[in-house]
Amino acid sequence: MTATFTYVLGSILILLTAATLIGTVLQYRAKDAKAIATVENLNARIRSWWIMVVIFGGAVLLGSTVTTVLFALLSFMALREFWTLTPSKRGDHLALFLSFFIVLPIHYILVGTEWYGLFSIFIPVYAFLILPAVATIAGDTSEFLARSAKVQWGLMLTVYAISHAPALMMLDTGTPSSLLLVYLVIVVQLSDVFQYVWGKLLGKRRFSPNISPSKAVEGLVGGGASAVLIGTLLYPLTPFSPLQAAGVSTVIVVAGFFGGFVLSAIKRDLKAKDWGYVIEGHGGVLDRLDSITFAAPLFFHITRYWFTG
Amino acid sequence: MIALVRRLLVLLVRILVGARSDWRGCAPDTRRRIYFANHGSHFDTVAVMAALPWPVRRLTHPIAASDYWGTTSFRKFIAEKCLRAVLVDRKPRVHSDPLGPLARVLEDGRSILIFPEGTRSSTGEVVTFRSGLFHLARRFPDVDLIPIYLDNLSRILPKGSWLIVPITCTARFGTPMRLMPGEEKAAFLDRAREAVVALGNGSASQ
Repeated sequence: MTATFTYVLGSILILLTAATLIGTVLQYRAKDAKAIATVENLNARIRSWWIMVVIFGGAVLLGSTVTTVLFALLSFMALREFWTLTPSKRGDHLALFLSFFIVLPIHYILVGTEWYGLFSIFIPVYAFLILPAVATIAGDTSEFLARSAKVQWGLMLTVYAISHAPALMMLDTGTPSSLLLVYLVIVVQLSDVFQYVWGKLLGKRRFSPNISPSKAVEGLVGGGASAVLIGTLLYPLTPFSPLQAAGVSTVIVVAGFFGGFVLSAIKRDLKAKDWGYVIEGHGGVLDRLDSITFAAPLFFHITRYWFTG
Repeated sequence: MIALVRRLLVLLVRILVGARSDWRGCAPDTRRRIYFANHGSHFDTVAVMAALPWPVRRLTHPIAASDYWGTTSFRKFIAEKCLRAVLVDRKPRVHSDPLGPLARVLEDGRSILIFPEGTRSSTGEVVTFRSGLFHLARRFPDVDLIPIYLDNLSRILPKGSWLIVPITCTARFGTPMRLMPGEEKAAFLDRAREAVVALGNGSASQ
């Protein structure tokens, strides 16, 4: 790994230590019930960030195979969260079984073996045709179109879209390819963190109360701008010039916003507050990866089209 | 050795179906209780057992039908050794006391877990309860009856399939209930069933 990566990792650890200290101070200063609840949630989020940084950082240091397996597991958990909340019928059973145990593993094997051609069409062409075909065997035609769409969207969001993050490692851009993944994850996640912080500090105008009641315009603008700034400063991790890095991180941030909104809209449709419960303070895996679902494919294709030889 | 197998079984169930607990109407307690839950798949018993915290799980005995769980030595091992299950006859002979083995467990100060629907429905809805729960409630009037709703189970492993879909299952524990003075059998069984159904309202499985 390059010296730049060491600096980035060091900065993140310093940032987390600072966050932990601030959280501890706030804990002593919180008086009323609402403030205590907010600080407790904040500290739970910070604790989870330590765990997530250790797991993700550890996987990247251990190499591309471990990282791909980590993302396969995350996709598995995200798909499980999707289907735990989404109603399904008896006639979908075989299609769901195939989604979890056949389509998901094959897709991640294609990522791991860097078979780009099949990777890009396996789910959106073949899984999309095969799974509804399999569902016809059960003979249940009620809501067939809607049910097929749910099976397809479950895979699209949680497996296909998310897998574009580890797929970055198959791109030959002249810089170490795992740094591209680190770059994407840092920009997306910092954008979320900054949105949360700016929203808590300055948030007044609700952006879209129906979809995401806690997101404020001030948070989105301030958080997005902060993330783009960091994304620009981190250009040494990437093959981009500072100006290109600013453009690319703007795309990542905007796509990330919409990823969060689309996943929230689905969540509201299913009458749930969180996708799951495995990450203390954050909800489920899908609550943490919602921005990645939209940002990863865009970042992948921009990099592949303009920055590979 | 058995303890290790038990722990592995719980771990496996947690990985496969989550087996999460949600204590809505009461807290985990080692006092003797009668837990009763809806029945959706072969996983029901292990799912509830995995959702119980260890000190409670240790003192809780699920009731399983001997005509299924007692038929092969593997099933018998899983049921009796791993889950500490009490096997009962679903079609008892005349003059026998079918609830005898359950009553002995409760008299020992331990808890039991029963599935009063008897057999699982293929639609996922909670069907009419059998009378065993009523007889137990009358025999042990000072024991709390805890309703449990298991969501998603019929979607994880529906009747007639051997393919497991790893959707997360949550065991929701409701408010303790008891037989009211003078309450008729049918009214009590209806009330118990309603308690389970009410816990399940709003979950993704219909």
